[in-house]
Amino acid sequence: MYGGVSEPVTMLATPIRIEYEFTAGLAQSRYLKGIAEGRFLGQRCPKCEKVYVPPRGSCPTDGVPTTDEVVLGNNGIVTTYCVVNVPFQGQSIEIPYICAQILLDGANIAFMGLIQEIPTAEIRMGMRVEAVWVDKKELGPTMASVKYFRPSGEPDAAYETFSEYL
Amino acid sequence: MAQRTAVIGVGQTYHKAKREDVSIAGLVREAAVRALEDAQMDWSDIDAVVIGKAPDMFEGVVMPELYLAPALGAVGKPMIRVHTAGSVGGSTALVAAHLVSSGTHERVLTVAFEKQSDSDAMWALSIPQPFSAPLLAGAGGYFAPIIRAYMRRSGAPDHIGILVAVKDRKQALKNPYAHLHIEDISFEMVRDSIMLWDPVRYLETCPSSDGAAAMVLASESVADSASASYPPAWIHGMAMRSEPTMFAGRDQVNPRAARECAADVYDQAGITEPRREIDVAEVYVPFSWYEPMWLESLGFAAEGEGWKLTDSGATALDGGDIPWNCSGGVLSTNPIGASGMLRFLEAAMQVRGQAGDHQVETVRRALGQAYGGGSQFFAMWVLGADKP
Amino acid sequence: MAAAGGGRPVRPVAVVSFAQSKMMRREELRNDVEVLQPVIVDVFEKIGLSKDDMGFVCSGSCDYLVGAPFSFVQALDAVGAWPPMRESHVEMDGAFALYEAWTQLQEDDIDTALVFSFGRSSISELGRVLTLQLDPYYMAPLWPDPVALAALQARALIDAGTYGEADFAEVAARSRRDARNNPNAQVTGDKTAQELLGDDYVVAPLRRHALPPITDGATAIILAAGDRARDLCERPAWITGMDHRIETHALGARDLTISPTTRRAAVGAGLLPGGGEGSGTGGVSDDGVSVDVAELHAPFAPQELILRDALGLGDAVVVNPSGGALAANGVMVAGLVRIGEAASRIMDATAQTALAHATSGPCLQQNLVCALAAEPAGGRR
Repeated sequence: MYGGVSEPVTMLATPIRIEYEFTAGLAQSRYLKGIAEGRFLGQRCPKCEKVYVPPRGSCPTDGVPTTDEVVLGNNGIVTTYCVVNVPFQGQSIEIPYICAQILLDGANIAFMGLIQEIPTAEIRMGMRVEAVWVDKKELGPTMASVKYFRPSGEPDAAYETFSEYL
Repeated sequence: MAQRTAVIGVGQTYHKAKREDVSIAGLVREAAVRALEDAQMDWSDIDAVVIGKAPDMFEGVVMPELYLAPALGAVGKPMIRVHTAGSVGGSTALVAAHLVSSGTHERVLTVAFEKQSDSDAMWALSIPQPFSAPLLAGAGGYFAPIIRAYMRRSGAPDHIGILVAVKDRKQALKNPYAHLHIEDISFEMVRDSIMLWDPVRYLETCPSSDGAAAMVLASESVADSASASYPPAWIHGMAMRSEPTMFAGRDQVNPRAARECAADVYDQAGITEPRREIDVAEVYVPFSWYEPMWLESLGFAAEGEGWKLTDSGATALDGGDIPWNCSGGVLSTNPIGASGMLRFLEAAMQVRGQAGDHQVETVRRALGQAYGGGSQFFAMWVLGADKP
Repeated sequence: MAAAGGGRPVRPVAVVSFAQSKMMRREELRNDVEVLQPVIVDVFEKIGLSKDDMGFVCSGSCDYLVGAPFSFVQALDAVGAWPPMRESHVEMDGAFALYEAWTQLQEDDIDTALVFSFGRSSISELGRVLTLQLDPYYMAPLWPDPVALAALQARALIDAGTYGEADFAEVAARSRRDARNNPNAQVTGDKTAQELLGDDYVVAPLRRHALPPITDGATAIILAAGDRARDLCERPAWITGMDHRIETHALGARDLTISPTTRRAAVGAGLLPGGGEGSGTGGVSDDGVSVDVAELHAPFAPQELILRDALGLGDAVVVNPSGGALAANGVMVAGLVRIGEAASRIMDATAQTALAHATSGPCLQQNLVCALAAEPAGGRR
């Protein structure tokens, strides 16, 4: 009926593979080198003086290079969070897991991080956390060097101290 | 001085999880043909085509306007493809509107679509980038912490998100084009659905849909002499604003770009009290908690009070004085590239009186709002039954 | 520019500043934002303005080129979108972003606009990326890459009897020689056409010299309207008209030896009298565009010949003094650079009138023409 084909073709699957060589860029390279040494490096914008981590090479509000390097601590505050319970392709962490915005001491912007070593029901805004790194010999210029963050045991930060970061 | 511009035809597809019955060209044509029929126009009447959609990874076709030109009657005409993340459906309509208001063209066809079942939407949204931690689980993973921050800031009770989900899903039952028609939707059903990204539940989340939307925009002289089935919906105001995704001190719950965009649109339209002066709104609410958040951001409620407006039933088609998302909204239909345009289109339908079972009585002014990215790109318009 | 029946006067808008990165084969150290940022700084510094002075910002880029969805979002960091700005983006060459900005400047609520585009072709398999532009059902699965398609077009041109490989080589030789005067050009050379004909074929009948380079780069332009343009720049490059048109997609349904949409766009831009489609092959039409300089976006050498014919460019027109796309071909960038280079010839007083052309899609499927002059539109429509 269709020239030898019994049914009309309604779907065409085309595998597509493209390889990319990503460039971390100058700012992120410095940051990753710091990670490889087991520390968080931020960059301060010369105009607004805010400290960005991870540094982005350009201050998002001023459009100027952020060049002043700032060594940040290992501890910070959970400003807000969610508990991820949805499976998806490429996921490497077991659900449910806590995804939090973490404001490192000394930084002016929070970044996304994984929280472990705490039951998901106990996570709260304002909780103080500390970074858990891989073993020293496994450290490398990759975000995988930071395994996750866990409660540091310090008392929670008062809401007023971080509410402007929400 | 900008020229008067009106919507004189609208069309959309029947939105579904997978439109396996059409190719990408077939999908956009379905919406475009309906819009042309509604405008009582032919392909040859159109001067230019403006198409918009979200990342090309959703279909695996790079710059699809090239492939779609013949399908949309654009051969020999100007054609532009807009991409502004989730707000793209809205900004596409605005780019098209400016082609008319600037006097460049008189009749512009604008189309927005996504056939995201062709690829993998979750993958397309968060393609793993080297050097970053593979943490995010879709858009919900990004917005849920912001929602939690709103809940904390406003002191809103937990059930507000559920109310919005029930309302929008009930209203979708009156929209034959909507993707999700959950006949027995109830408060309990939403409350008991699985928590995806605490505090956001499965039924408080938008679906992934295949679909397209289209409109015909025209100049005043064309609109005045058009023989379309319904009267024109006149643009009283339109605006776009963007701000960075992340910066120190950013208010992610109520972004300044959102407030300034609304202020600009209201200023153009001469609106000072949105709740009183706007009769119906179609607002981009992909996670139910965004209704109370946008109610505040768009000036329908004071800061911290948006949830009270929702709680009171004011935003329901049934009995509310400021119905929001009578079409079922993004919660019921979400082809990402088209969702913004569907908000703009549904606002036009309300003004023109063609919204059928989900029509609000006596609409003189309607608001359409779209947002995208990390709550950073905003596109809005106010339409009116009278000329501005 | 002709509003179909609009009859509304065109508000004079000009290019007042243009900046570009040094086009390179491969940017090793910096990412897209870091390549773009100095270009943005430069385009502002030239006229003493900042982002806060811009009424509208519009950019062009391609996610698949960058390898990430929403890639234009990060690029905004190079500008600093704060306070919130009126901003938009097209997933097209920056030339089309400039068109969008130009149309919006026709309304008098804004006086200035920043337009930019960027892309690093070196990071991906560019041929595969561009092949994905093709019809996903019938063409893309055959994986014909852009060089192969351009070769088909070149073969059609040869078979039509109008041009041969020697002509392609002449275009390439001239372009790369002229590129020596362009400090931002990537590929320069001093070989003659005869010497170039000794190159091996890459895909016959195209030899290496007829192909564009792989380029990493970024560019930016500032537009200003009316008196604002006169305040900012001594010799603004006024846009006297601009138009763009797209052809059908299936290559078999097109005559690849002509570019009717380039001609149609030139008509729309007021550079040619209205009516009539392409001039066909075999010679210059009586109706030819008369400008001092033409910057044509022809990534493949044979395409320059097709475009010259479509526009009816006589020998007096200086074509691609910058070296054109054969000297640097930033995908998403080269079209906007053509506008910048043409505008620069007006701004530096080497030309009174100029034309810039940009293309998109396989074998010149979509074409934009921008008419520029040292005086705002007075003459043609």
